[in-house]
Amino acid sequence: MASAPVAIDSAMKFEKVCDILARHQYRPSGLIPILQAVQHEYQYLPEEILTYVATALDVPPARVYGVATFYAHFALEPKGKHVIRICDGTACHVKQSLPVLNALHQKLGTSEKQKTSPDMMFTVETVACLGACGLAPVVVIDEQVYGQITPERAIALVNEIKLQESTQSHVSEMTAAQAVNGGSNAC
Amino acid sequence: MPANENLVVLPAVGNKTNQLPQVRRVILCAGTGCMANGAMKVFERFQQEIAGSGLNVILELRPEAGDRDVRLSKSGCQGFCQMGPLVSVVPDGILYTRVKATDVADIVAQTLLGGEVVERLLYKDPSTRKTCRGVEDNPFYARQSRFVLNECGLLDPEDIHEYMLHGGYGAAKKAFVSMLPEEICKTISESGLRGRGGGGFPTGRKWDAARVQNSAKKYVICNGDEGDPGAFMNRSVMEGNPHSVIEGLLIAARAIGANETLVYVRAEYPLAVERMKRAVADAEREGILGDDVFGTGLSLKCSVMEGAGAFVCGEETAMIASIEGLRGMPSPKPPFPAQSGLWGKPTIINNVETLAHVVRILNVGPEVFRSIGTKDSPGTKTFALTGHVANTGLVEVPFGTTLREIVQNIGGGVTDDAGKPIKGGFKAVQIGGPSGGCLTQDHLDLPLAYESLRAVGAMVGSGGLVVMNERTCMVNIAHFFMEFTQRESCGKCVLCREGTKQLLALLGDVMEGRATADTLDLMEKLGRAVQVGSLCGLGKTAPNPVLSTLRYFRKEYEEHVFEKRCRTGQCKSLLKPEIIAAKCKGCGVCIKACPTGAITGEKKMPHSIDPELCIKCGACAAACKLHAVEGV
Repeated sequence: MASAPVAIDSAMKFEKVCDILARHQYRPSGLIPILQAVQHEYQYLPEEILTYVATALDVPPARVYGVATFYAHFALEPKGKHVIRICDGTACHVKQSLPVLNALHQKLGTSEKQKTSPDMMFTVETVACLGACGLAPVVVIDEQVYGQITPERAIALVNEIKLQESTQSHVSEMTAAQAVNGGSNAC
Repeated sequence: MPANENLVVLPAVGNKTNQLPQVRRVILCAGTGCMANGAMKVFERFQQEIAGSGLNVILELRPEAGDRDVRLSKSGCQGFCQMGPLVSVVPDGILYTRVKATDVADIVAQTLLGGEVVERLLYKDPSTRKTCRGVEDNPFYARQSRFVLNECGLLDPEDIHEYMLHGGYGAAKKAFVSMLPEEICKTISESGLRGRGGGGFPTGRKWDAARVQNSAKKYVICNGDEGDPGAFMNRSVMEGNPHSVIEGLLIAARAIGANETLVYVRAEYPLAVERMKRAVADAEREGILGDDVFGTGLSLKCSVMEGAGAFVCGEETAMIASIEGLRGMPSPKPPFPAQSGLWGKPTIINNVETLAHVVRILNVGPEVFRSIGTKDSPGTKTFALTGHVANTGLVEVPFGTTLREIVQNIGGGVTDDAGKPIKGGFKAVQIGGPSGGCLTQDHLDLPLAYESLRAVGAMVGSGGLVVMNERTCMVNIAHFFMEFTQRESCGKCVLCREGTKQLLALLGDVMEGRATADTLDLMEKLGRAVQVGSLCGLGKTAPNPVLSTLRYFRKEYEEHVFEKRCRTGQCKSLLKPEIIAAKCKGCGVCIKACPTGAITGEKKMPHSIDPELCIKCGACAAACKLHAVEGV
């Protein structure tokens, strides 16, 4: 029985991809917006979906893979629940963005190569410029911009998220437990 | 000061409101900087406070607006990002800075109801200690000529009617209804407008090349792929005045006879994407875009495409490849896109700022435009002023303005790492991003223009202007830019792909003490080879930061190479850990702090560090209250 949910899951996956492909009329020229929409849906580009997209658009998989690896925006590996982006544009760089990056790597056990923390909670990446140079150095956590950041403030922000996560998971465990207790009759 | 007979300064901001009813307006800056500092909370509080004060908040400006009406609106970036959130009260001419939600009640009670100024929220010039009431007496604004940026800080970017009330789409209408394509091209040529994206190619000539092509299908693309790290002018225009970009596209389309346009926006600018999409939808609803543009029967479509994060796509042919769904790799020119571009059809690609200028040129006439700036570089240019400077933000000045004016007078002078103004301390300005070069003390009085900058090994580029103080290592900066271009090289040309990699490695050698007497010469040779052997602008300009720092800061490089010393202390590998005997009291705190046992010494006697054991973690320096530890 364990395989049933997986089958449903992957069918759902391709249904969404089909929607996206249909929206772009299966045009190979729309490859970039298609991949953007896929990534928006799944947070990254799963390999089997890349192959599927290639088949559906009738282009070689190498072309789809080539485009997916060319652009920095596309991720071929799943990202953590919270994405922390540190700006390393010129203005941020001269205002000491690297110490912030190092502090976060140290705190979360991530590195230049291993961008996502082992618990899949955080992904730490650098971006070339977020265009908020007036506030340098800048960090963006889940689309929220924080300016004039210091290593200490960055760590404090991470701690805040961790605290929220632990209370939330506590609450959801409780509600799950309640659901099991309360819903036992329905089974 | 060098003679600049053609330099005419435009009136400052705030003169455009005269056609509008004189209703009081509270304009809150909703640019990225102010938003990050909590502008939305301030806006919500304004809504509550005004509602509770008996004043009427009106949603649209109407000619019959009464005394008690207040128009509360958000604007695009007002430029003074450092001091945000910014709130302007018009027509009173007040600019409040660093406004918090808790300040809103006072602004409503004292300014809106009482007609007085809330003194504590006004900007104080740190150098003169003068309090500035508004933009007229604020040196940051008063010394600028805000041609393109003016409306960014005044109009609600999400309100097409407000844009139209300000005369918006008037120029596009004129272009469609009463001008012939060749007339438009001629007007733009006469204005002398040059592309603001970096290259500086004359816009009118580019348009003419596409106009004469015999093709039923032509395209106009707006280049909003502002990838230059340290620049955000295009972002501000797209976010703050998206309709001016669409109007510019309309004019360009009419000039070359295109019926399809596209705005290519960088993926890192989600708000710009959203605003541009909304502006396109609004313009379609108003019948400005669509099948019958201004009743002429001509059809014009506009779509917005999000980039996917590749710096090289700012290059015309690479951008076209990207739109066609391919890897963003440049192709050789000719054929130029104006002859054969997107899908093989004549295509014009213009920068966001160029298009915004086009609208103004049609409004004010080419003569007025020409009267600003210098002979060969007419008009104004926006710069993103950042780095070690007191007032960071967006500035717009006529070409021909000196660096000293921008850094000292508009920017308020150089600061230390913590942002405090310091006397002197100016080291360099990096202009034009990874394609540009460094300017030094000697160039402070150089009038900024396309030719003058090229002559000293730099370029206008897209307009990033990063100020650096004495504590910045120039080798480190060159390494930073080389790392960027090396990563962003698309890999097509061998010299760009491999050359940037080798240049980066050589810079690493300099920074880590491995360089020899030959390294610097080799870097120069290789840099010139990359310039010659690359197809597109990225490769041709990639060595610029290295070559220009080598040219102006050779002594600093030589210190790294021969003395194994970095005067700023930024090159960690060259640091020699040392305890200054005169300062050390022998308290032993550092011995306890050291994780590797590298520090030894008797109590109450100066301690010493064993460089072999030291890992330069800095724990000792952090622990020492007497600042006796240096070089870690």
